[in-house]
This record gives sequence, structure tokens and C-alpha cells, in this order.
Amino acid sequence: MPAFPKKWLWVLLAAAFLVPLLNPLLPDVVSDYRLFLVSTMIIAAIAVLGLNLLTGFNGQISLGHGAFYAVGAYTAAVLMDHLNMPYWLTLPCAAIVCFIVGYLFGLPALKLEGHYLALATFALALAVPQILKYKWLEGLTGGVQGIVLSKPEVPFGLPLTEDQWLYYYCLVVMVLLYWAAANILNSRSGRAMMAIRDQYMAADTMGIDTALYKTVTFGISAAYTGIAGALSASAIAFVAPDSFNFFLSIKFLIGLVVGGIGSLAGSVVGGIFYVLVDNSAQALSTFAKNDLGLQFDLSAYTVFGILLIVLMYLMPMGIVGGVYYLVRSLYSMRKPQAKEQAALKQRVSS
Amino acid sequence: MEQFLQQIASGLANGAIYACVALALVMIYVSTDHINFAQGEMAMFSTYISWQLMSWGLSFWVAFIVAVAFSFVLGVIIERVILRPLHNAPVLSIVVVFIGLLAICNSVAGAIWSYLIKEYPSPFPKSSFGIAGVIGPHQLGVVIVTLIVLSFLFVFFRYTPLGLAMRAAAQNPQMARLVGVRVDWMLALGWGLAAAVGAVAGIMVAHIVYLDPNMMGGILLYAFASALVGGIGNPGGAVLGGFIVGVLENMVAFAGNQIEKATGVYIIGNGEKLTVALIIVIFVLTVRPAGLFGRVVVKRV
Repeated sequence: MPAFPKKWLWVLLAAAFLVPLLNPLLPDVVSDYRLFLVSTMIIAAIAVLGLNLLTGFNGQISLGHGAFYAVGAYTAAVLMDHLNMPYWLTLPCAAIVCFIVGYLFGLPALKLEGHYLALATFALALAVPQILKYKWLEGLTGGVQGIVLSKPEVPFGLPLTEDQWLYYYCLVVMVLLYWAAANILNSRSGRAMMAIRDQYMAADTMGIDTALYKTVTFGISAAYTGIAGALSASAIAFVAPDSFNFFLSIKFLIGLVVGGIGSLAGSVVGGIFYVLVDNSAQALSTFAKNDLGLQFDLSAYTVFGILLIVLMYLMPMGIVGGVYYLVRSLYSMRKPQAKEQAALKQRVSS
Repeated sequence: MEQFLQQIASGLANGAIYACVALALVMIYVSTDHINFAQGEMAMFSTYISWQLMSWGLSFWVAFIVAVAFSFVLGVIIERVILRPLHNAPVLSIVVVFIGLLAICNSVAGAIWSYLIKEYPSPFPKSSFGIAGVIGPHQLGVVIVTLIVLSFLFVFFRYTPLGLAMRAAAQNPQMARLVGVRVDWMLALGWGLAAAVGAVAGIMVAHIVYLDPNMMGGILLYAFASALVGGIGNPGGAVLGGFIVGVLENMVAFAGNQIEKATGVYIIGNGEKLTVALIIVIFVLTVRPAGLFGRVVVKRV
């Protein structure tokens, strides 16, 4: 899939930065609540981005990224709660802690592939809430009650509301992380990562240090997801062990699958998608009850589950990839000579 | 000492459950190389069905048989409809489909029967079962039922033509096809049997852990640990692994308890059960991936 056209990227970014400023004009459309929702979408997008770096670009399956999200969130919460650290400083700390944790988990993961890695990370995801409740950590983590924090305050006396500031904060972090990920993938290291995914043995033979790349990718991926966790800790201003259950990892997986495995732009779409479905589950359920005549509640996870299965059949590339190929095939049907020209061009250039 | 015996006995009862689920996992793994992450949720769903039947007035054992038969059919259908077309799909797709199944089973059960925790009856009479002070009536009953199911499966696979055909289909699909075994249907049957065995485990454990849509999460994790300890390609090993892990689990909690009593330092207890399972899983996978009884598979590249 080719890169998203640069021109449109700038337009989107400008729109993302300007839209909150429309608040005085359209107070209902650009409400604080909606901005907060978009902030959670951005956080989700970062988490899915992290998972995609590992699963999509390095071929290591992880069902346990909820664990790294939890580590990030708790690192941020503990630092803010015990050391009164400013919220923006918790992000690099969470990134470092998660990188180390991810790197360490990547070491045993080196020996596992495919199903077995999925199994190990599945076990990790299931055990996380219990580990967070461990008695010896209670002084730090607050046990079952979790930690209550305060929302980030607007700095420099800017004329913004708390939610608007949070939105800008998350947006800037995401843009930076996205830019960094795009650059990593576009470098020698990124090509090595993808080579390991596509042809492990060949990559090894070509002199790529596969063990190093795999563990470091695990670390980077965990750091991304951990940053998302840290952001969510300051956005929701609360962390508790039971919010980091296995279903959190399922959400990341649905974000990955919907957006497209191995697509950066898709990660963002996937993150937005799962928050959207999660938040409209109530509306969905009433719709199913009243309009479709179903007798029971339709929960978000039923939708997620069905989508996971259906997408694997119909659009293994995710919605972004699927739509792209649909558009392209329609386009090339209309202009059959375009394909030939492209083929000719390729032949000439090579 | 009596406490120690009690712990071993309840470990064996838990182990029986783990053995069933682990066996179900191994049956699917041996024939298709897939790890069924939805096994626990499928069993949970069947348990709800039996609960529903009982609340409609059927007796326990009738509900038991109907629910197990239902899971058999459901297993066959899932294999034929959902997994058949994905036979040559990459690992990630298959894992994703299993996670999708897990999410569907869990949320649909929650939607139909709500997430409230329900009591589940025990079919074993209190008066005539159990040995006072060592093993309770339900625990003994669980062990007996599991042993019956396991011996039934053993006889089925060892001494019947259908069982032989199923083993052949799992071991060498191409050769089996050449001698006239319908491999596709054998795989579907294997799935059905696995789902049925899982359902037995779910129904047996529901009295102990109570009925709710998330009841099988921990049990599935322990079943994975059991299957790995026994060697994931080895049915007998999985059963033995189940009992080993069940006893080990209780021993760890017991030892933690004793240490706390003796020294006052809390190290490990019932609250860390899943963590123990996680450690077992990762330890076995990295140190001895073939398990205690599995053969080391040598791959030629």
C-alpha cells in the first residue's frame, strides 16, 4: 500500500488542530465531551500503533498488549501520585519502563513463534489484573481501589478548557509518535524488521541480528502502548486493576485487524473504530432491541467478535487496505490502460 | 497433615477439570495444529445451556447429557463453517478467529443470561459420597466423572474403527485420505468431541467456581499450563499434566499459607493463582517446549 498523500496529511492535521477552536461558533458540535471522546480515540490509536509495530511489521503475535498498557498507566499514576511528577514528564518515564518490560518479555518470546507466542501473551493478559493486585505492590498501586489522579491542568494561562487542552496534548503526542514510527519503518532497521517478518531464515542469513531486532521491536512496541496507557491514566484520572483485563487486549486486536495488519494509517483508523463501537454499544443495543426485534442486549464484544471473524475472511488487509484495493480495482476497471502504463514504467525504470 | 491431604485431594479434583480441558485442547491441536483460545468460553456456554435446561425443570443428568450433545454439535458446526475455509490461512488469522469466537461466546452468554454470578447445583449426594475430612462429595464426584469420560475416550480411540480413523486422520492426513478415511469429517468430529469434553469440565467445575460468563478464564489458563507440562501433542501427557498442575497449584497456595503463618511474610496465596499459571506456561515454553512427556519435534528446513 502506498503512503498516504502528503498533501492530505497536512490538511487532516490542520483540521485536527483547528476544529476545537470552532467551539464558540458551534458549541453543540464541538462540545467538550466530544473532544474528550476524540482524545480517547487518539490514545487508542497510539496503543494499536504499538501493537501493529510488533504484530504487523515484525510478525510477532501478541494477545497481551493490555499488559504493557497497564504498566504504562500504572507507571504514570504512581509517579504522579507518589512523586508529584508533572503529567507530561510521566510519558518518557512510562516509555522507558515499558521498553524495559517489553524487551525482557521479548527474550523468552524469541524462542516462541506463532501459536506459542500467542499463548504466552494470552496468559500474560489474563494474569495482569492479579499481578497489579499483588499484596507487596499494594503500597504503590493502591490494590483493588486503584489510584485517583487529577486531570492535566491547562498551562500558561491558555484560554482552553481542560478537555481541549487534553485533546491537544494527546494529538501532539500522537503526531510525534506516528512520525517516529514512520521514520523507523522507513529506515534500515524498519526494513530489517519487515524482512524478519517475511522471511526469517533469509533475514538471518543476510546478517540481520534477528534476536536483537525482535527483542528491541518488542520493547519499542511495548513503549508505544505504554505511552498510550500513561496518556489514558492522565485523561481518565484514574487507574484500577480490573480495567486492564483480557478484553482490553481484545480491543487492541480488533483495532489492529480493522485498521489493517501492517498499516500505520490503519492503526489510527482501528483505534478510532474500537472506541467508537465501544461508546455506541448502548445505542447499538437499543437499536437492535427496537428496530431489529432482538430479545437480548447486543454488546460491543459481540460486534467485535463477529467483525474479527468476518474481516479475516473478507478483508484480511483490514478496512483501510480493503477499501483501498476496492477503489483501485474500480479505478483500474475504468481505465484499463493505467495498469499497463504502470507495468511499462516499472520495466523502463528497472 | 490432614490439611495437607485435603489440599492434595482438592488439587486432584481441580486437576481433573484441567485434565479435561487440556485434553480438549490437545485433541484439537493434534489434528489441526491450532490452539483453541475459545475452548473455555465454549465450555462456559454449554454450562449455561445445562443451567437453562435445569431451570426449565429437567433433572441434572438429563440436562448434562443434552448440554454435552449440544456442544458436540456446536463444535462440529464451528469446525465445518468457520475453521474449514481457513485451513491454510496464516497463524495470525487463525488466532484472531479464535479470539473472535471467544468474544462472541462470552458476550452472547452475558447478553442472554446476564453477568450476575449464579449458583450451580452439585449432582452428588452429600450422604454417600466423600471421605470425611479429606475429600468432599463434589470433589470426589468430579474426579469419578472425569475418569469415566477419560476412559471412555481411551476406549473409543484405542478400540473402535472410528477412533482409529480419527487417529489416522490426525497423524497422517494424506495417507489416511488414500486409504479412504474422510479426513475432513474426522477433523470435525474431533472438534465436536473436544467441545463435548470441554462441556463436561465446565459443568463439573461450575459448582466450585459458580456460574458466570468469565468463569473459565483462569481454568483455561491452567489447562494450557497442563497441556504444556504434559507435552501439547500428547493426550495422555495432557491428562497427567492436568493432575500435576492441579496439585501443584494447591501446593503453592498451601506452602505460601504455611510460610505466612510461620514467618508472617506474605509471599504467595490464592490471589496469585493466575500468575502461577503464567509462570508455568512461560517456564515450560522456554525451558522445555516439548513438555515432560512430549517428543522433541525435529524440523527439517
